[in-house]
Amino acid sequence: MNPPVKNPCIIQLRQLVKTYQTGEVEVRAVRGVTLDVARGEFVAIMGASGSGKSTLMNTLGCLDQPTGGEYLLDGVAVAKLNRQELALLRNQKLGFVFQGFNLLSRTSALENVELPMFYSHPLVPLRARRQRAMEALEKVGLGDRQRHHPSQLSGGQQQRIAIARALVNRPELVLADEPTGNLDTRTSIEIMDLFQQLNDAGITILMVTHELDIAAYCKRVVVMRDGQIVSDTRNENRRTAAHELKLLNEAEQKAKLA
Amino acid sequence: MSNLFQILFIRSWQTALIALRALRRNKLRSCLTALGIIIGVASVVAMVAVGNGAKTRITSQVSALGQNLLTVFAGSRHTGGVNSGLGSASTMTIADAQALAREISDIAAVSPEDSATVQAIANGRNWSTTAYGESPDYLKIRDWKLTAGSMFTDHEIRGAAKVAVIGSKTANELFGPLNPVGQTVRLGTIPFVIIGLLESKGSGMGGQNQDDRFIIPYTTAMKRITGDKFLRSINVEIVSSDRMDSGEQQITSLLRQRHRLTGDQSDDFNIFNQKEIADTVNTISNIITLLLGSVAGISLVVGGIGIMNIMLVSVTERTREIGIRIAVGAQPGDIRLQFLIEAVTLSLLGGLIGVLCGVGASKLVGVVANFHAIVSTGSILLAFGVSSAIGIFFGFYPATKAAALNPIDALRYE
Repeated sequence: MNPPVKNPCIIQLRQLVKTYQTGEVEVRAVRGVTLDVARGEFVAIMGASGSGKSTLMNTLGCLDQPTGGEYLLDGVAVAKLNRQELALLRNQKLGFVFQGFNLLSRTSALENVELPMFYSHPLVPLRARRQRAMEALEKVGLGDRQRHHPSQLSGGQQQRIAIARALVNRPELVLADEPTGNLDTRTSIEIMDLFQQLNDAGITILMVTHELDIAAYCKRVVVMRDGQIVSDTRNENRRTAAHELKLLNEAEQKAKLA
Repeated sequence: MSNLFQILFIRSWQTALIALRALRRNKLRSCLTALGIIIGVASVVAMVAVGNGAKTRITSQVSALGQNLLTVFAGSRHTGGVNSGLGSASTMTIADAQALAREISDIAAVSPEDSATVQAIANGRNWSTTAYGESPDYLKIRDWKLTAGSMFTDHEIRGAAKVAVIGSKTANELFGPLNPVGQTVRLGTIPFVIIGLLESKGSGMGGQNQDDRFIIPYTTAMKRITGDKFLRSINVEIVSSDRMDSGEQQITSLLRQRHRLTGDQSDDFNIFNQKEIADTVNTISNIITLLLGSVAGISLVVGGIGIMNIMLVSVTERTREIGIRIAVGAQPGDIRLQFLIEAVTLSLLGGLIGVLCGVGASKLVGVVANFHAIVSTGSILLAFGVSSAIGIFFGFYPATKAAALNPIDALRYE
């Protein structure tokens, strides 16, 4: 028997349409998007507000069903799934990183990271859960903050915990919606460094942003306007966050000595 | 299979832990919400306990009359349009009483009764009381014991002997702490020797003191005290409680036959059936218990509505949390279970505290009102069952609402 052939594309969109009904008004948020994302890509989706990028992201995240066209996630037609099957898909194949972090506020960092495993089928045993959550926290450099609550951590640290949570179930795809939107420049670079490391380790990342300099860290940039893709380019002059951080640290060191 | 069970069990347990933690975070709110159920359950338990206590007390008073007692009273007499009232008919004879004992197999014992108010004089004191003429079986029929001396026998009945058994209250009035047995007492003008002292029985159903009396042979009463030729009543003990109704019927037909009453003539006697009274009393107290219980039950429902209200607030407050859980892969069922367990925990906790308060309140009523309230296991189990059912019923809508939230809107909720 041959080993199962892995679909080279994690995301395949064919003329995807998403239309909302807001009262009497029909909002055509996504108007026929066709897009393929291969495994191992790091894609930035850019666009002004109202361009449909968030709606596209929600649909890609299986939080919402498309109203037309086709969406294959890892070869599975999402439109045919019910709520339970969508929940399972989110749990197993997707990791979410939000602009507002969306951590459970009165819950420790470790328990926040454990959350997706709580809803896994089959259930992850308690000990394995602890261990995997710790590993994920260490991967984002917060192994020593496991007992802290989100309110005791900085924005950058909170976003790292959210990233650890997104990684803990070993997803195929991480979806990030303006992950640096609430962070300062330096912390943003740190987060992008983390994303680049993860991407180098083989995780596919799709990120919505409206900042050009953040999109510059990605391998591919897709620009949307009025619910359609207007450009889709390879990023030839990709920025490297690790290198920039090193330069930044050296500059700070000099400033202190002077 | 066991694996599936384990997964289900562990999943529910984990969900229960989340729910408990959420309740602990809002301690005051949780307590206030549970208070509605606490009051409801406590009042159900206490009301039912008081109702049962009342019922038991009344039942014991009825059965203190004696086991399986029937009393045949002489009926009323019409003389030229004047109805002389119960016991006035001169129809029941000693021969009737003997015939009952002889011919009806359901009858265990018979005591013909004739009574009169007498002035008792002894030990330099006097006391107005009632003298009852009875047979030696009377004590057995009334389930009454002597604390001293002995009951008169058939020999004294035949001889119409001037002997008496004295009630404890009467003995106390006439002799104080002295032992009355062997003493002489004058009832009216006739001297009697006291041969026995009755055990105290307390007040009867009508509130009259049963311990204030003399019991003398019925022959003596008729001959020497009242001069009656006829009996006022006959006390009858039936062999068992399930023969009461058939015994009553047999007595009726035998007496009608003996008194030569034809088809359309009404009975010239009345039968007082202790079991009927007990049944009536039981029915009434059951109705009262039910009434009290349902009033308390209404407060349970109100408590349930309180839970629903708070759960709805809680779902709204935690919309974002629900959104996060759904986004990372919680099934709608997981969310529903989480909120359902919260509601059930609130109501069960309320139920538990409510039972304790209810038992406490029952005891308090017992102490204050000198009354024995009976807390039944049934009412406790019922209160528990109802409160958890209320938790499920009133928690279901908020839980379903939480499970049905749209994750996109929920995540954006401020």
